[in-house]
Amino acid sequence: MENDVVLKMQGICMTFPGVKALDHAGLTLKKGEIRALMGENGAGKSTIIKCLTGVNKFEAGEIYLDGFEGPITNRDTMDAQSKGISTVYQEVNLCPNLSVAENIYIGRAPLTKFRTVDRKQMNARAKKLMEELDLNIDVTANLENYSLALQQMIAIARAIDMDCKVLILDEPTSSLDDREVEKLFQVMLNLKKKGVGIIFVTHFLEQVYAVCDGITVLRNGQLVGEYTVEELPRVQLVAAMMGKDFDDLASIKPEGGEIGKDAPLVIDAKGLSHAGTIKPFDLEIREGEVVGLTGLLGSGRSELARAIYGADRSQTGTLKVKGKEAHIKEPIDAMNLGMGLLPDDRKAEGIIGDLSVRENIILAMQAKLGALHKIPMAKQIELADQFIEMLQIKTASRETMIRQLSGGNQQKVILARWLATNPDFLILDEPTRGIDIGTKTEIQKLVVKLAGEGKSVIFISSEIEEMLRTCNRMAVLRDGAKVGEISGDEMTQEGVMHAIAGGDSNE
Amino acid sequence: MSNLKKLTKMRLFLPVFSMILVMAINVVYDIASGNAPFNFFTISLNNGVLYGRLIDVLNRGSEVAILAVGMTLVVSASAGTDISVGSVMSLTGGMCCMLLAGYGVTNVSEYAMPLWAGIGAGVLIACVCGLFNGFLVAYMNIQPMVATLILWSAGRAVGLLLCNSQIVYVRVASFQKIGAYVGAIPTPILIAAAVVAIAALVLRFTALGTYIQSVGINKKASRIAGLSSAKIILLCYVICGLCAGIAGIVATSRIYSADTNNIGLNMELDAILSVALGGNSLGGGKFNLAGSIIGAYTIQAITTTLYALGVSSAQAPVFKAIVVILIVVIQAEPVKEYFKKRSAKKAVEGGVQA
Repeated sequence: MENDVVLKMQGICMTFPGVKALDHAGLTLKKGEIRALMGENGAGKSTIIKCLTGVNKFEAGEIYLDGFEGPITNRDTMDAQSKGISTVYQEVNLCPNLSVAENIYIGRAPLTKFRTVDRKQMNARAKKLMEELDLNIDVTANLENYSLALQQMIAIARAIDMDCKVLILDEPTSSLDDREVEKLFQVMLNLKKKGVGIIFVTHFLEQVYAVCDGITVLRNGQLVGEYTVEELPRVQLVAAMMGKDFDDLASIKPEGGEIGKDAPLVIDAKGLSHAGTIKPFDLEIREGEVVGLTGLLGSGRSELARAIYGADRSQTGTLKVKGKEAHIKEPIDAMNLGMGLLPDDRKAEGIIGDLSVRENIILAMQAKLGALHKIPMAKQIELADQFIEMLQIKTASRETMIRQLSGGNQQKVILARWLATNPDFLILDEPTRGIDIGTKTEIQKLVVKLAGEGKSVIFISSEIEEMLRTCNRMAVLRDGAKVGEISGDEMTQEGVMHAIAGGDSNE
Repeated sequence: MSNLKKLTKMRLFLPVFSMILVMAINVVYDIASGNAPFNFFTISLNNGVLYGRLIDVLNRGSEVAILAVGMTLVVSASAGTDISVGSVMSLTGGMCCMLLAGYGVTNVSEYAMPLWAGIGAGVLIACVCGLFNGFLVAYMNIQPMVATLILWSAGRAVGLLLCNSQIVYVRVASFQKIGAYVGAIPTPILIAAAVVAIAALVLRFTALGTYIQSVGINKKASRIAGLSSAKIILLCYVICGLCAGIAGIVATSRIYSADTNNIGLNMELDAILSVALGGNSLGGGKFNLAGSIIGAYTIQAITTTLYALGVSSAQAPVFKAIVVILIVVIQAEPVKEYFKKRSAKKAVEGGVQA
């Protein structure tokens, strides 16, 4: 193996039932290098990483690791860790009912001389570790008390605390806000200086060019090529990932700009709130309007939408839906008024993992109809096939369990679930998180198309660009309260940033 | 070969295989002991009623089969078990007999109240028990095992209280008939068949099955998709209570008395075991009702076989445990993986040789 190479994977092949997930894929990582692993959904990024860490058993190919003679195979993640390969997965894989410190040191806790867990030392070490990451939190509190973003940082802390040669970050930034991403980059650069090789899986192109040295591109399970950052400018990277010329995102633009005041109101919320998450707010949404909710992570974007939908029941104020006063206690009430909610935490609140793609698609529609009116099987099959075709969901069959699909395809299935109910008002909370560029464009186009058909949409995203492309108007949130709205000429990247940051704001 | 592979991949393969295994043991035993080889399956007509070991298994297995229906749904929806069903059976019997005999009376040959009222009240109180369990699990978020532990210990005691701490005999033909025969066929078989058939029809023609599995797999996501997770869990516990009530009436009628100390004793364990033997995960989610029913009769077949083999009733549980361990281990994921790997290896080697 070449001198400064720490990891080399070549000719990796692996099949899932009915799908060839990896077909002679590979990757080379040097010491002290940050290498982006890029590809669309289902390109095999997560799969190749799971092959490396021993989660998946691959059928052919070799893995060489610095310090080991000949090809290595990892039996499981523990085995991989002992060889110096640490991983932070896309979805947080920690135990919510254990403390932060316990999560960090699970399986390798410091022991007292009586062979019991030395909690004092464990907590102290955890605290120090978190402080190194600039996080001042109570490490003895249960993990579930912290936001998804913090949990992600804790997962990273756990991975970097184990002396590693190779650190794999599988979409660690998808739930982090800009400040936290910045912090993560600092950590990554520090590790790089120490000679750790980092594999960085992300969908954010800017981040690739901000920290990475090299790029490895996969497509349909095959290795497209390995490049340095200089060799592969943005447009060519996208082209390499998609295998075709990039369908310019700028081509989608809402046509009318602002929706006229004469369009009928679909949602008219006055003083809705949910204790502890969102302070009383007013919001009006007209027919055919796409309203964006913007603000930092934890500013109450999701919570505002959830209060309207009844996912977190609103305790104050009134809500009028299409002019009629509505009393929403549970999501089903909102659904009967023509609403739908695509939640941001896909794994916890979106997919029903062990049910098939078909069952996942028809679920909301069936819930609206009630248990006594079962959708006939022929109709279920027809619906499922229709949406698999329409949204180009990549699945072995309609009867495949949804948890076997890649993240982006799972998201499409959830989207299909709501489209099947033919809603008048759809709330999309981070619909494009962890999704490749091609699908992102498709979803954005779909949103604009739905609005064109007279449906109203709340669109929540951490990417301002994406919101500017799809929204007619934006509501700004800060610290659990709606602080203003922006529309028309203020709808620029800068205008939104200003509004989010506050100060000399546009209130 | 490929047909065999397909067969082994079917969900019901292992439960059915276990059942056949138990039957095969019977055949081997019968041959060894010089009986007719298919003694186990022989059904004869004695004194105008069906007779034979197979009939015995179907008859004696009725209560567990009925319980298995409710237990399957509870396990699926709440990822927990209802351990109160045996106790609730006893409570049902106590309630029913107390009303039919009159409070404090221990031996009657005439009803103090119409039969339907006694049965109705018994089944009703079982449903109330289910409602209580379901409320604790679904709305108070108490772990199923703990929530149902309350009635597990209290149900039988209340039943005893209702019967004034005595065994109440109801020696009336129409009551005894429930645990005896209709024409030549044992009534419990018919009742179990009816319960299973109704459950199957409901699951076939309503979306309840999808609802229950969905809630069992992901409660939060199901709620966002418009399902009332709590109501569905509650419903499953009520159905489980109803099944316990029906099973309780059958068990009581068999001995035409409310022997509250013994009715349904330890039967919750058999019901849970049926669900597991049927290839259902006790972690909730996807379920397979047919598997549970086959599991229930397999347990009974094991018991009947042991008695036929001359094992005393005191020792039987030991042998039963061994058989159950074997069956459960065959179905365990690591064992399946092992066999899958072995057959894959064989296929590769075969390919090289060819």
